[in-house]
Amino acid sequence: MSRIIEFQNVSKAYGDLQVLKHLDMHVEAGEKLALIGPSGSGKTTILRILMTLETINSGHVMVEGDYLWHQKVNDELVPASEKHLRKMRENIGMVFQQFNLFPHLTAIANIEQPQILIKGVDKSDATNKARELLALVGLEEKENHYPHQLSGGQQQRVAIARALAMDPKIMLFDEVTSALDPELVEEVLNVLRLLAETSDTTMLTVTHEMNFARDFADRVLFFEKGQIVESGPPNEIFKNPKEERTRNFLRQIIGEIP
Amino acid sequence: MNWSWKVVYDVLPQMLEGLVITVQATIIGALVAYALGLILAIMRMSNSRIISLSTYWISEFIRRTPLLVQLYFLFYVLPDLGIFLEPLEAGIIGLGLHFSTYTSEVFRAGIENVPTGQWEAAKSLNYRPYQTMRYVILPQAIPPMIPPLANYLITMFKETPLLSAITVVELFNAANIYSNSHYKYLEPMTLVGLFFLIVSVPSAYIAMWLERKYQRRYARNH
Repeated sequence: MSRIIEFQNVSKAYGDLQVLKHLDMHVEAGEKLALIGPSGSGKTTILRILMTLETINSGHVMVEGDYLWHQKVNDELVPASEKHLRKMRENIGMVFQQFNLFPHLTAIANIEQPQILIKGVDKSDATNKARELLALVGLEEKENHYPHQLSGGQQQRVAIARALAMDPKIMLFDEVTSALDPELVEEVLNVLRLLAETSDTTMLTVTHEMNFARDFADRVLFFEKGQIVESGPPNEIFKNPKEERTRNFLRQIIGEIP
Repeated sequence: MNWSWKVVYDVLPQMLEGLVITVQATIIGALVAYALGLILAIMRMSNSRIISLSTYWISEFIRRTPLLVQLYFLFYVLPDLGIFLEPLEAGIIGLGLHFSTYTSEVFRAGIENVPTGQWEAAKSLNYRPYQTMRYVILPQAIPPMIPPLANYLITMFKETPLLSAITVVELFNAANIYSNSHYKYLEPMTLVGLFFLIVSVPSAYIAMWLERKYQRRYARNH
């Protein structure tokens, strides 16, 4: 296995609020990672930094062995240009808490348009791929529906299909069920479980659904105050956490912990 | 005070010519206001503080001074600087310039009302900035802009009598010239009011219909 993502001593602050403190972490290619922890612990910020939606204040982020937020010009490390960021973004896809489908496009057009505009795929190939992916997320019947005609769970599944259509090597899922009505959560999580089993894409998910994290993840990272408190396979973290802080958090969120 | 149909018959041809000028000034002036307004909006949203702030102050200056003074400036002061404009040209530029500071706010609000998540989704899919604007932001921003832009068109229409001050013979001025030479005010001025009503009442209803049509089009997504 090779390291596909590496955070080296990364710090990030919003004004006075320090969200990430000298964070070191790495992700192996193909790994399925669940990021858990209290709100404001910096989990979402990690995903947003990887998607280039947030900059970093110090440290380095490596993706596929290349600097994400920096580039080398004449052996000197300088802040990344927009061109470099565009190249790096090709590797990464993201699914958002609020779905963020394009409301003026049908479900299928949401999946076709980025392929056509960004990857230069033919319309007919884009359509075929979009249909395949809609079938994968169980929405082949809904291709001509607009987002506002779909339930939240359905919109989120279309958003997952849209991100997959770009063939990213890394997929980021940012609290993808937090905005959903409770009865719609499982249909989305089931799609993610299926992806985790069948695809070798590297996946990072920020979630508050502990049962899902257990099924989905190869490794769970527990965050608090911008730092990793504990990291390990789900069995270890959920059944036998070493750190008192992990224990406290899990006790609060699931109620029963040894 | 006696209503004379003869006066009506006399003044009508000149007033119809005036109406054509009024409609011309409104429509071309509105096109100027829309085009310039979009440019001002984009400059106002610029990342450069100098561009953004200077656009803000120029807009404020134009918006906070009377259109009538601006028209005088364009028509009577510019010739001192060697720039000579026909009355109608000066009127159209004045109307367009003045109202562009209002339409620019419509464009800016329309673009800024598109949720941040849409920009982020476009970025995460690696859209270029112009692709984001063209394929994601504007298709959502334009429909809600249409009703307020239509309302400014109606407002501009009602402001056109100001052009009479710089000798444009539009609807009001056509009537006024007749009135002043025949000492007949009742019929010409009644007709002016009537003409404005005939055009602006239906337009207002069309604008209201547009408003309903485009309101909350994507409501569930916002």
